[in-house]
Amino acid sequence: MRITQGCFSFLPDLDDAQITAQIEYILSKEWSVGIEFTDEPHPRNTYWEMWGNPMFDLKDAKGVMIELDDCRKAHGEKYIRINAFDNARGWETVMMSFIVNRPETEPSFRSWRQEVDGRSIRYTHELVG
Amino acid sequence: MNEMSNTEITDKKKRYAAGVLKYAQMGYWDGDYQPKDTDVLALFRITPQEGVDPIEAAAAVAGESSTATWTVVWTDRLTAADQYRAKAYRVEPVPGQEGQYFAYVAYDLILFEEGSIANVTASIIGNVFSFKPLKAARLEDMRFPVAYMKTFAGPPTGIVVERERLDKFGRPLLGATTKPKLGLSGKNYGRVVYEGLKGGLDFMKDDENINSQPFMHWRDRFLYCMEAVNKATAATGEIKGHYLNITAGTMEEMYRRGEFAKELGSCIVMVDLIVGWTAIQSISNWCRQNDMILHMHRAGHGTYTRQKSHGISFRVIAKWLRMAGVDHLHCGTAVGKLEGDPLTVQGYYNVCREIRNEVDLPRGIFFEQDWGDLKKVMPVASGGIHAGQMHQLIDLFGDDVVLQFGGGTIGHPMGIQAGATANRVALEAMVQARNEGVNIATDGPEILRRAAKWCKPLEAALETWGNITFNYTSTDTSDFVPTAAVS
Repeated sequence: MRITQGCFSFLPDLDDAQITAQIEYILSKEWSVGIEFTDEPHPRNTYWEMWGNPMFDLKDAKGVMIELDDCRKAHGEKYIRINAFDNARGWETVMMSFIVNRPETEPSFRSWRQEVDGRSIRYTHELVG
Repeated sequence: MNEMSNTEITDKKKRYAAGVLKYAQMGYWDGDYQPKDTDVLALFRITPQEGVDPIEAAAAVAGESSTATWTVVWTDRLTAADQYRAKAYRVEPVPGQEGQYFAYVAYDLILFEEGSIANVTASIIGNVFSFKPLKAARLEDMRFPVAYMKTFAGPPTGIVVERERLDKFGRPLLGATTKPKLGLSGKNYGRVVYEGLKGGLDFMKDDENINSQPFMHWRDRFLYCMEAVNKATAATGEIKGHYLNITAGTMEEMYRRGEFAKELGSCIVMVDLIVGWTAIQSISNWCRQNDMILHMHRAGHGTYTRQKSHGISFRVIAKWLRMAGVDHLHCGTAVGKLEGDPLTVQGYYNVCREIRNEVDLPRGIFFEQDWGDLKKVMPVASGGIHAGQMHQLIDLFGDDVVLQFGGGTIGHPMGIQAGATANRVALEAMVQARNEGVNIATDGPEILRRAAKWCKPLEAALETWGNITFNYTSTDTSDFVPTAAVS
């Protein structure tokens, strides 16, 4: 199944020119780019592994693309996402996040239902495949 | 106009002699008053009765919303009355509206109880709106000092934490209200929720009047909706939610419904504006205690916000709600089926989202407002909008908004999932294009057509609704004199 996290998952996968354009947008906002990867795209897996720190002070999208290439070489069979961090007061959070690499075969989730009091059900989701 | 009649009488004997004085003479008008940073300020649009001096009318508003009654009372002399009197300090004709005046009133901070919107409203709108010498009155805007702002906890979650909790960044959120809003059984209702969420929406929503009617008991709805939310989460790998409407006849019942929503793992609950200010602040506290996003449906507001001459501007309601503490607030669409001039609506959005509002007369913002780092409210655009308007919506409102396409999702010719997918594709394609530097205001329709070439559901949505617009004249527009741009 196609996991639809990130802000462009319903579009065809972005090519490198399109990724570059988005990074240029991020840098124009004076946000910092971070690259993260994981093989566990559970929606509650907040902390993907960082491919280094967010690239503060970086001005050129090429720098990000070089890092992304290296990350893909090392983790090409995992999910990789680009995050944009804003340090402005009142935000100080991720302003944008999109997936730029997916495994060839994506996993899916299985819901476990535990029937509890009354007709209530406790749900949990497990990554499979 | 007799200048003397509007002057405060300072001779104490004359001032406090039993009988009736004009409000201005009692000290509720001071044209030289310089508002203090710690004052609460209010701007009223007043329409005095024929022959009533606008300054006296403004003084009456100040008087009746602070200490005055219709006659002199000696007991004022037991108090620091001159400080408790609100002061009308500026009166000017409303541009282009004969017989209407903008009256600015300043209130000392001591007049208000900390952390209580009930007290603010009882004071400011308590009885002046029924006052006979005025044909009509409207509260246009308010400014609260930071000191007072800091007595409110504000939104329990706020835009930043909501996005972090949902793991959704860099685009507007998408929602839809379950339709038909009345009559579906719990099981049928949950079906609509599942289809919408699986197709690509972030949220589905109960409508304002879905509570616990004979056709669907609230517990049934909650159970089936949470099955739908969880199943859709598993099907997409994304966090999903459904605004469970916990509006009920009593606070006790609202808490009961909130607790059940929490037990079932819902990330969000909703209440209607008609529950009242005290109930809103109470449920806001409950949400803060329980990590719950609070969605506010502004049911009923049109009864007093829509007409320009009388009532309360929605920008004031939005300010009170940000202070009272809601996370989502319906603020209008500008392009949809419900009232809303685009600039006026943008003004509401700015009230919800900015950390400081500057004076912005075209958008109806009359006062600077420092929000004292109170969290931001996520505005919601809902009512008669569709995928074909995506470029206009994103151009008007930016990323921090929930766009809700109810009919525009559920009424899709290929089904609910397809309707949701059409909206999500239109949204992502538009955000991508905007970020690439495309002027979406002008080139948006082309972006949509291009995406529709590879996305059948979007193609069908554009075919069905592409030409639907709601071009009616807005009732609530800003009245101001445009200043020539310095060029």
